[in-house]
This record gives sequence, structure tokens and C-alpha cells, in this order.
Amino acid sequence: MSKQYETVIGLEVHVELATRTKIFCGCSTAFGAEPNTQTCPVCTGMPGSLPVLNKQVLEYAIAVGLATNCDITRYAKFDRKNYFYPDNPQNYQISQLYLPICRNGGVEIETAQGGVKTVGIHEIHMEEDAGKLIHDEWEDCSLVDYNRSGVPLIEIVSEPDMRSAEEVIAYLEKLRLVIQYLGASDCKLQEGSMRADVNLSVREVGAKEFGTRTEMKNLNSFKAITRAIEGERERQIDLIESGESVVQETRRWDDGKGESYAMRSKEDAQDYRYFPDPDLTPISVSEEMLAGILAKQPEFRTEKMKRYKEEFDIPDYDIDIITGEKPLADLFEATVALGGQPKKVSNWLMGETLRLMKERETDASDLCFSPENLAKLIGLTERKEINSSVAKEVFEVMFEQDIDPETYVEEKGLKTVNDEGALKKIVEEVIAANPQSVEDYRNGKEKAIGFLVGQTMKAMKGKADPGTVNQMLKELL
Amino acid sequence: MKITDMTAVQLSAAIKVGKATAVEAAEAVLSQIEREDKKYNCYVTVDREGALAQAKSVQEQIEAGTLTGPLAGVPVALKDNLCTEGLLTTCSSKILHNFVPTYTAAAVKNLKKAGAVILGKTNMDEFAMGSTTETSAYGPTKNPRNPEHVPGGSSGGSAAAVAAGECIYAIGSDTGGSIRQPASYCGVVGMKPTYGTVSRYGLIAYGSSLDQIGPLTKDVSDCATVLEVLASHDEKDSTSVARDDTDFTSALTEDVAGLRIGIPNDYLGEGLDGEVKTAVLQAAEALEKKGAIVERFDLSLVDYAIPAYYTIAAAEASSNLERFDGIKYGYRAKEYEGLHNMYKKSRSEGFGEEVKRRIMLGSFVLSSGYYDAYYLKALKVKALIKKAFDEAFAKYDIILGPVAPTTAPKLGESLTDPIQMYLGDIYTIAVNLAGLPGISVPCGQDGKGLPIGLQMIGDCFQEKKLIRAAYTYELCEKKF
Repeated sequence: MSKQYETVIGLEVHVELATRTKIFCGCSTAFGAEPNTQTCPVCTGMPGSLPVLNKQVLEYAIAVGLATNCDITRYAKFDRKNYFYPDNPQNYQISQLYLPICRNGGVEIETAQGGVKTVGIHEIHMEEDAGKLIHDEWEDCSLVDYNRSGVPLIEIVSEPDMRSAEEVIAYLEKLRLVIQYLGASDCKLQEGSMRADVNLSVREVGAKEFGTRTEMKNLNSFKAITRAIEGERERQIDLIESGESVVQETRRWDDGKGESYAMRSKEDAQDYRYFPDPDLTPISVSEEMLAGILAKQPEFRTEKMKRYKEEFDIPDYDIDIITGEKPLADLFEATVALGGQPKKVSNWLMGETLRLMKERETDASDLCFSPENLAKLIGLTERKEINSSVAKEVFEVMFEQDIDPETYVEEKGLKTVNDEGALKKIVEEVIAANPQSVEDYRNGKEKAIGFLVGQTMKAMKGKADPGTVNQMLKELL
Repeated sequence: MKITDMTAVQLSAAIKVGKATAVEAAEAVLSQIEREDKKYNCYVTVDREGALAQAKSVQEQIEAGTLTGPLAGVPVALKDNLCTEGLLTTCSSKILHNFVPTYTAAAVKNLKKAGAVILGKTNMDEFAMGSTTETSAYGPTKNPRNPEHVPGGSSGGSAAAVAAGECIYAIGSDTGGSIRQPASYCGVVGMKPTYGTVSRYGLIAYGSSLDQIGPLTKDVSDCATVLEVLASHDEKDSTSVARDDTDFTSALTEDVAGLRIGIPNDYLGEGLDGEVKTAVLQAAEALEKKGAIVERFDLSLVDYAIPAYYTIAAAEASSNLERFDGIKYGYRAKEYEGLHNMYKKSRSEGFGEEVKRRIMLGSFVLSSGYYDAYYLKALKVKALIKKAFDEAFAKYDIILGPVAPTTAPKLGESLTDPIQMYLGDIYTIAVNLAGLPGISVPCGQDGKGLPIGLQMIGDCFQEKKLIRAAYTYELCEKKF
């Protein structure tokens, strides 16, 4: 490969909004219900039914637009996108084409070189999700579940401003954090509440015109996105190098095989016959509404990081990790507010919490223990009512089912024995039972005392403070 | 007086004082249907058992004093594009030959709450596309005034049922004249209210931005009474308007003194039948004698209304009718290969010619490359027509003219030339484009004995002026 190529990438990101009800009807959006139990005439497209916009969807869309520096369209409309498919009960999707709610925004990302660059946002529009088709191999028929039909989505369309997989990931991370901080979505790629389609083209370095682009779908993780970008870049360069041309088409990424295949080309692109939906009145965004949403905007990550640095004496590394997941930051702040010492709270989050999350392969948004219980656990250790290994044991139970650590410690009898007489009796027994170690210690083998502490803890079933035991042993020896 | 000859107001009064019961009323109308409907084909579905059961329950509530309104116990016929839970709703189309809705339209719920007894569903042009009720998949309805003639459309079954005494009053829908024109052809009263007055929730859409539900009745008092019950603000319909002036019966007064009436010259020009013209001008004179100020003026833009209307209505219809695909309900072709072929065959076999013509027209005007030239331009024309009406209503309270250029044509005459049929809508469709209320009241008959309709159009939310003028005119007629 003699020539140098540049990759040009733009993203279309779909985010499922965390509203309680659907975008155009009152049906629940809860995940995992029995098929077709969360449906009504509206979201199953029954004749005569009419859509009514869920105001929360509009507010979330505007909030995301404001947080990504977009202009908010003060007179917006919904349009119908017409296409036939069984997961789409009306055979048109209500979306926005002509007057999307947000336009002309952008977010800053850090580049690999340590600089900062802006990725432009062309527009953000609101739309409804489709139902789910399930093919029954046994009966050889297809079934449709309309529970997801009408779940609200926003589509964030970027400008073709990204030049590498790293920039794409940085952009997606940025969007994810902003949206998570707003509470507008949990943005989980694996579960599909955030989905990214990658538009990619290559051109010779220095060229002014863009190359022909392809659109890649079915990217379910950051890893898949990275691999798909690398793969598509190479595929396009190979085509160009061998004198062929790139075809404008939609491709589907197969992450298992590590390759993509063409779904449909531009030639068979459908004419969606977009037109304004006459069933929905135009949206006018008033000054008051905008002000109200602005007033409710949360503290975003950059501001939060700055404040943590000023308020709490914890390392930059901790701040970076904790603010990197909204649920962690929420837990941290709430626990500190309940009296937990910041560094201790941070230690629990950075240590045991992250360890268990990794071990159980769960997300920060799945964390179930309350800040109250974490504060209590910290209190127990600070008052030396339990020692650190007992605390870890208790935490693991808390991590699973958010138990009250005080009650749990009481019920299981895990409290450290602080009765000096009782402890002294055990220590004396351990000394008597281990003459060799006592001998070693007296002969200057400092390490031997560790064994004696261990034996004492064992005899106490862990319910002693190792520091106190150590102290007592030294005195008795 | 025979029950089937009574108006809704008369019948409910009779039931109230115990001269008749709701069950007797339902039975009387049902036997009229049994006797007459073979001749006229007003109904697609007659719900005999359901009607009698409702009548029994309504009668109990009337006796208990819980139902006291002027429609309590009165039998009504519904156009077959209004969803009724558990009762077949076909839009007179083969594609919905077996469709039983899971819910009831908001307007129908309002009627039921008022104690209406639902007799069944009336025939119509398929999906309300047509002006004669001949495009129905279940055979044409015939005009009770002369069965060789059409009843008009698309609410032809509803208008004919009222004229034939096969119901006491009926409900229709009006997208381009579909209530007013059949009312005119059948010699009954029909009203299309201001867009947004009656909830469209549960009305199977044809042209969403133009569709409005309204009454077809024997006289103006019934018209005001029924509209008062139909009208309500509905949160399930985003285009529904919250109004606090829906006490339409309060406008039933004989008083047009000082009322400014404008007759557009455009509505009296070429194409208008001489007998219709004479009848309409005589009606205007009658109102003038009662104290109204009548003037001629130029409305302009009338010629553009038809192309604009057929562009917008067809565009919306092409999208609205996409849901009828054979997947979830309705007709599915017996043999097909794969999904695409199933769609194609089910829709080709399930829809009639006129519906397919409008779907194709609508798909064309929305397709990329033609959208600006047709659909957007039609929207601009629509806005200009609204402006022309605004200017007219600065000068006049009411615009008066004919409903249709002629009286009811003979069966089979209209469908051969769709363009000619579309042109017949010239006086009614501008009202839908501008969202205005319009009423059709009988104003005599032609030499063949076919009824002629007088149309009065009001500014948005001015139904009361129309009711007042129509009521006054009706009283003059009765005195002749």
C-alpha cells in the first residue's frame, strides 16, 4: 500500500429514552413483559387510533439537544416515513425529517494526541421504535411482538467529523455520559438502548472530496464498533487499490465472523414518501418550556470532576472512574452526604464495587445497594465493630441484595469481640498451643507473630480486630 | 304519529312521558329496516339483538331517572367507518370484510353515554372515497326518494337510512362533502362541524386533516341536538379543540335579523343546474325577507380547490391505508409467495378501483421529486383558500350557495368518469380545506321530484350562526 488514506466517519446513534410510557400512547415501556401485553390500539396501529405526543419525550430530546450545544427548533413537526414491514403496524413510522427538534450542535472529545476536537451534530430527531419479529422455526411462521412498538427513540446524527475508531468511541462515550447524566436513557449498547450505525468512507490524505460511503449496522459493543471500522476501512482501501470502486450501500456487521456483508444498495433504496403527520399538531417550544428544561439540567461530568477536586480529598484517578458512570457518582455523593468519609466511600466503590461488577459482568446501572447501607457499613468499620475481612463479606451480600449491614452483622453474630478478657483468654491459649512459633518470635523472627495472629483470628471465627490481637500478643510475649 | 316518522327530539319526548318505550322504538325501526332495506341497501350490518339489548337497558335507566337527555332511547345508524367494539366495521371494503374493532370511537361513546341505541352500520363509498355510495364492496345504496338514483356519498347509507325511516338519525363523516352532499340528495339535514369539534379517535381515517364526524337528521333541531352530544374535547385526538360553546341547541331561534349573508358568484356559475340555482336563490330570498342582508361577492380560488383537495386527501389516504396489509386483520390473499407478494396480492384483491386510484395518486404526489410540485403546492393553495374565506368572513356571517351542482344522478352514471365525479364536489370541498363548518338543508325539489340542498358555510366555530339561519329557513319552508 503506497498511498496514505484517511478514514472519514459519521454516526447515526439511536437512543431509547427512559420514559415510563410510550411516545404516542400510555402503554408501559418496561422491558421483558410477555409478548403483546403492553399494547393498545395506538401502538398496534389499529384503524381509527391516533397518536398523542408524550411530553416527556420532547423534554428529554430538548435536554439532550441543549447538553450537546444544539439549536432547539422552536416550531418542529413530526413526519411519516412510509415503508411496509410487519414489525411496523401502521406501515409508516412517525419520525422527523423536515423540522427535527434539534440542529447544529456538537460535543468536544479528546483525541489520541491529547488535543481536543469538536464532533458536529447535524440534528437530533424524535421517533418511534418498531415491534419485534420472532421467527418460529418449528411452525415455520413469523410472530410479531408489539411491546416495543412505540417506545420512544431519539436519533443523533453527527457530521462526518471522526477520523478513527478511537474518536468514534470517545464521541459515543461522551454522548453516553451526557445522556446518562440527564437520566434520559441508560444507554446500554448490549441491550440495544443505544445503537450506533457507522457511515464510513476513505480518501487519500489531502483529498478535498469525500469518498463513497457505506453504512454499517448491527454493532452491539464498543469492541464490535472498533473491529467493524478497521474491517470496513481495509475493505474499502482494498477495493480502491485494486481499481474497483466502493458501492454506496448498507452493510451488516457479523461480529462472530469479523466481517460484513451487503444488505441493500442505494439502487434499491426505498422512497419513504415523507410528509408531515396530519394526526399530530406542530410542536411549538415556548420560552418558558426551554427555560424550565434548562433550569433542570444536571451538573455534567466536567463540572462534577472540577467540584470533586475542590470538595473531596480523593485522587484524580478515583474522580475519573467515579464520574465516568453516573450511578457511581450518585452513590458516591449520596453516601458522603450521609456522613461517609469521601476517601473511604471512594475506596469501596473503586475496590470491592468495581471488582464485583467485573466478576459478575454487571453494569453500574445494575447496582442495587443503597447509599444508606454503604454508609452504615463504613460506620461499622470505623467504629471497629467489624474488621475489614468481615466488612468485605458483608459487602458482597449487600452487593447482591442490598441488606442492612447493621442488622445482618447482628443476626449473624459477626461483631468483633471487644471484650479484652475474652480475647486475652484465647490469645493465651494460642500461645500455649504454639510453643514453636513463640520460640521463633522470641528468637527475633518477627514474622512468627503473623502466624499467631492468624491462629487467634481463626479461634475467634474472624470476629476480632487483628490490630488489637497483634498488640496483645506482643505484650504477652 | 308513527315512531319512524318522528324526529329524535319528538321520540325522546314521547319516551320520557311514557307514550313509547326505547324497546318499542328500536322494534319499530328494526321492522322498518326489515321491510325497506332490501330496496335501498342502507346497511352493511344490522345489529338487531344488540340494539334491543341496549334499548332495554336504556329504558331502565330512563325509568330510573339516570338518563334524561334528548337522545335517550332514540335509535341511531352509524357510518361503517366508525369503530364499534365487538361490531363488524368494514368501511364498505372487502379488505375489512371481517374486521371487528377492539374499541369504540370517542364520538360513538358520547352517543352511548347519552342513551343512543345503535342499530347497525351504514353503507358508504369504500373508505369514504366516492360521491355516490357506489364504490362500496357491498353493493350500492339507492336513494329512497327515487331508487333509480344514487343517495350521494360517501355517507350515502346514513343519509338514505334517515330518509327511509330506517333510523331516527344517523352519523356520517365528511372529508370533502360526504355528509352535506348525500343529505342534499336525500332531502335531509346534514352538518360538517368545524375541524376539531368532534373527536376523530376511532374514525377510520381517509384524509386526516380534512375528516370530521357529523350528524344526518330529519330537521335542524335534531342536527343541533346530536351535534351537541357528539362534540367534546378528547385528549386522545391531538387535533381536537377544547370549546366552551358547544351548547348548539341554544341557537335554535327564529332570528336572522341583520345577519350578513354572502353568495359567491363563483358558486352560481357554469355547471350549475338551473333548477338548483333557482331553489337556492329562492331560499336566500326567504332569509332576506326574515331580515338577513344578502349580497353577491367573488370568493375566487374556487377552481383550485378540487386539484388541491384531491392531492392532499389522496396523499394522506395513501399513507393512512398502508396499515391494511393482510397481516394483522382483514382480508389476506389465499395464495402468495413471500411477504412482498402477500402484501401486493392482498391489497390488489382487497381494495376496490377508486381506492386504488387514490392510493396511486397519493403515492405519486408524495414521491421524491414530485413532493414540492404537487403536495407542497397543494398545501399552499389550501392556505390561500383559507385566506380567501377569512376575507369573506370579515364581511359576512354566512356564505350561502348550493351543496352540489345537480340533484342526485342516476345509478351507474358517475363512476365511468371519475374526473366528472370529482368536479361534483366543487361547492363542498373548500369547506374541508379551510376547516370550516357547513350545513346542508333541504330547499325544495327539481322537476323529477329529487331533493335540492341549500348549503350554508360559517367561519370556524360559528356553527351557532348556521343553526340559527338553518332553523329560521326551515320554519319559513314549513309555513309554505
